[in-house]
Amino acid sequence: MTPAPGVWTITRRSLAKDLRLEWRSKDAINSMLFFALLVVVIFSFGFDPTAEESRRIAGGLLWVAILFATVVALNQTWTRELRNQALDAYRLSPAPPQALFLSKTLGNFLFVAILELLMAPLFVVFYNLRPVGPLWQLLVVAVLSTWALVVNGTFFAALSIRTRSREIMLPLILFPISIPALLAMVDATTSILTGESSPAFWIRLLAVYDLVFTTVCLVLFESVLNAE
Amino acid sequence: MHDYPLNAAAPTSIAVSVRDVVRHFGRFAALRGITADFAAGKLYVLLGENGAGKSTLLRIIAGLLAPTRGMVSVLGTSNIREVAPRFGYMGHAPLLYDEMSAMENLEYFAALYGVTSRERCAEAIRTVGLDPGLDRRVGQYSQGMRQRISLARAIVHSPELLFLDEPFSNVDLRSARQMTGLLAGMRDHGTTVFVVTHQAALMEPVADECVVLDAGRMVAREKGIPARLLTPYPAQEHADAEARR
Repeated sequence: MTPAPGVWTITRRSLAKDLRLEWRSKDAINSMLFFALLVVVIFSFGFDPTAEESRRIAGGLLWVAILFATVVALNQTWTRELRNQALDAYRLSPAPPQALFLSKTLGNFLFVAILELLMAPLFVVFYNLRPVGPLWQLLVVAVLSTWALVVNGTFFAALSIRTRSREIMLPLILFPISIPALLAMVDATTSILTGESSPAFWIRLLAVYDLVFTTVCLVLFESVLNAE
Repeated sequence: MHDYPLNAAAPTSIAVSVRDVVRHFGRFAALRGITADFAAGKLYVLLGENGAGKSTLLRIIAGLLAPTRGMVSVLGTSNIREVAPRFGYMGHAPLLYDEMSAMENLEYFAALYGVTSRERCAEAIRTVGLDPGLDRRVGQYSQGMRQRISLARAIVHSPELLFLDEPFSNVDLRSARQMTGLLAGMRDHGTTVFVVTHQAALMEPVADECVVLDAGRMVAREKGIPARLLTPYPAQEHADAEARR
């Protein structure tokens, strides 16, 4: 009998499989991009802010747009596992459940990161932005915030996978639990864009939030995967 | 069809044991107290009408469903996850990704069992009578080809125990006969095979035992498949079964 595969081996394999599936279907990235683009354009028509006002509200607008777009991607993540019941093949195998969760989370992280990279220049143009604080802090906030969104999102998307109205269920569960992270990411971004205060507290809060929820999700995922 | 995977593991005397297994879906009782032992190295055919509980029983034995009550032991343990590397399962759905080719699918699923040999995946595809070089995505395959790739997925890690749920649906007669030949070959090499099917006649030449389920109960267990079970149930028996339900 072949020895059971390790977490990282399966994570790598499953991530490669998900990237391949996404590359071929473009289900998640297309819908995310279209949705985020719509939000940015509609917001830009809805407000006519000065450069100073832009810096104050851009953090909120950016993360709300990304949060909504992320939900679109998260719904796709598990839908493709339900088609042909491919998820059952994983459940039957000796592969560790945590590897599936990690691969899905990393995959979603990549998709949302790509979205952010594409959306950032648009935000700068539409809202006439120029950060007053250090740019590298913005990068740290982006990484921690994206992880906070996708780690919970991937977990709760798996939890709502077998419910009839999972598209509605996911935001209903995800948004309330993301409020502390959303608050931290918006305030940290606004602090960096305006340069009025230090984002250190919010960055620490995001790091703790990521650590706690990553651990909890990893521990509980096996029960979620095998729930009927 | 070519070769079949050799099963090097020594068979245990009892491959599967179920004790008073009951399964409810809401108020509907899909299984109503199944008790049976299945010896290793045999080919079992599970027969019965739609809704008799065949697939539910198979899913419970494979660990995909939990019984509402009762106990299941597979390869000597009730912790089915512990023996997951030692069995294969083919369900109603193909359990494959439509956007990937047969080879890509098999490489992925084989890796979940720690099998990394590309040649082993190609061999499994050849075993079910398909070409591993076929570059088309599984979503573009015919239903019958998908069934065969699904069988290749179930045997790619050379399991000791194989559960097949309706493996011949939408498969042409010639391919179905090749599949039964493959299953008989695997049984001869020590693999225990369970097949849920409505096509009893196909399995008749190779079956060791048949188990008949009706309305969630095991109503018969016989050597081979008796001639009376090769034709659809007589009308009166069908009416009785409906009435009991």
